[in-house]
Amino acid sequence: MSITVRLPTVLRPQANGQSTVKVEGSNVGEVVNSLVAAYPGLQSNLLDDSGSVRKFVNIYINDEDIRFLDKLQTPVSEGDEVAILPAVAGG
Amino acid sequence: MAVYSSITELIGNTPIIDVSHLSPNPDVRILAKLEGQNPAGSVKDRIALAMIEAAEASGELVPGRTIIEPSSGNTGIALAMLAGLRGYKIKIVLPENVTPERRQVLEAFGAEIISSPGAEGSNGAVRMAQALSEANPEWVFLYQYGNEANPTAHYETTGPEILADVPDITHFVAGLGTSGTLMGVGTYLKEAKPEVKLFAVEPPSGERVEGLRSLDDGYVPPVFDKWGGLDLLDGKRIVRPAESIEWTRRLITDCGIFAGLSSGAALAGAVKVAARHDAAVDGPAVIVFVVCDGAWKYLSTGAYTSPLADVVENLGDTIYF
Repeated sequence: MSITVRLPTVLRPQANGQSTVKVEGSNVGEVVNSLVAAYPGLQSNLLDDSGSVRKFVNIYINDEDIRFLDKLQTPVSEGDEVAILPAVAGG
Repeated sequence: MAVYSSITELIGNTPIIDVSHLSPNPDVRILAKLEGQNPAGSVKDRIALAMIEAAEASGELVPGRTIIEPSSGNTGIALAMLAGLRGYKIKIVLPENVTPERRQVLEAFGAEIISSPGAEGSNGAVRMAQALSEANPEWVFLYQYGNEANPTAHYETTGPEILADVPDITHFVAGLGTSGTLMGVGTYLKEAKPEVKLFAVEPPSGERVEGLRSLDDGYVPPVFDKWGGLDLLDGKRIVRPAESIEWTRRLITDCGIFAGLSSGAALAGAVKVAARHDAAVDGPAVIVFVVCDGAWKYLSTGAYTSPLADVVENLGDTIYF
């Protein structure tokens, strides 16, 4: 299944400058794995040594934070959009 | 009507208005808490007063001293208003890509503005204020992101006001920002009514902040972690600029509420929650969301009158939360 992933400015240099990439996967974890397989420079930015999503990284599927869904096990289907965003202050 | 002796007495006790005609679900009411009614124009009046009073009580803040604070606008404006009244000097670290109105309001209240690089967004303003306060230990750094008085103000005032006015509340939706509103109100509501659900909305700011060197430059406010953070919340979603603007415009045209752009984002979040709510399973719902401020400080973005596509393009470079 082809899923669109939106990358923030800070990660685009590791993905040949692209703002969106298409990768395969049936859940968010598989999408992330496909992403880092295609662009190995992203691995250490997204995941810690244990394979968990790093603290300052927020991953959204169709704009919902996956931490409140099934985290990396959250299923994705054709047409879904995964967005990766750094945590940013407000106020 | 009473005659008040100080503008600070007008902080808090804001009204709630029913905007259920915007709800996509007949079994879900949507109510707006109008924090723009606070005297300096935003929800931040509450935390500014609480942080200043806490610093006064600890003896750290005495007349003649200088306050420093990073802010994308509202906290700075509220602090500047109070600083002027109480005889403090104030310096606000403000990202250079905020709307000019915010700069002008700050200057009108007597604040000195220190500009931080726009490309680094709010995170850059926080870092610069931290560095400046370390270099100038005689300044008082209130640090809204880590100041207990921030969530405590909402725990003690905003939360009780909401529950008193809306005893049948089932959901609370607000912007994340420093997380003070969600953590303080949320903690209060869940203590009183554990079944209340909390939802955070955020703009996709991190998508476009050019100045982040890595995701490690990301920022999770200490207030968020300390008050339960992800464990307290029931959901979190991003609301994109087009959606924020569309719902902000609906607040104005359909409700007469001249609201700021983050209010449209909060309403968009509330509408999503309402659309998904299944009253057959969970019964009727009552969602309260926060209108943080008014539209005045954002007019120059064109968000209120220009064609939507143009505004979305332009807003990419403006901090509006």
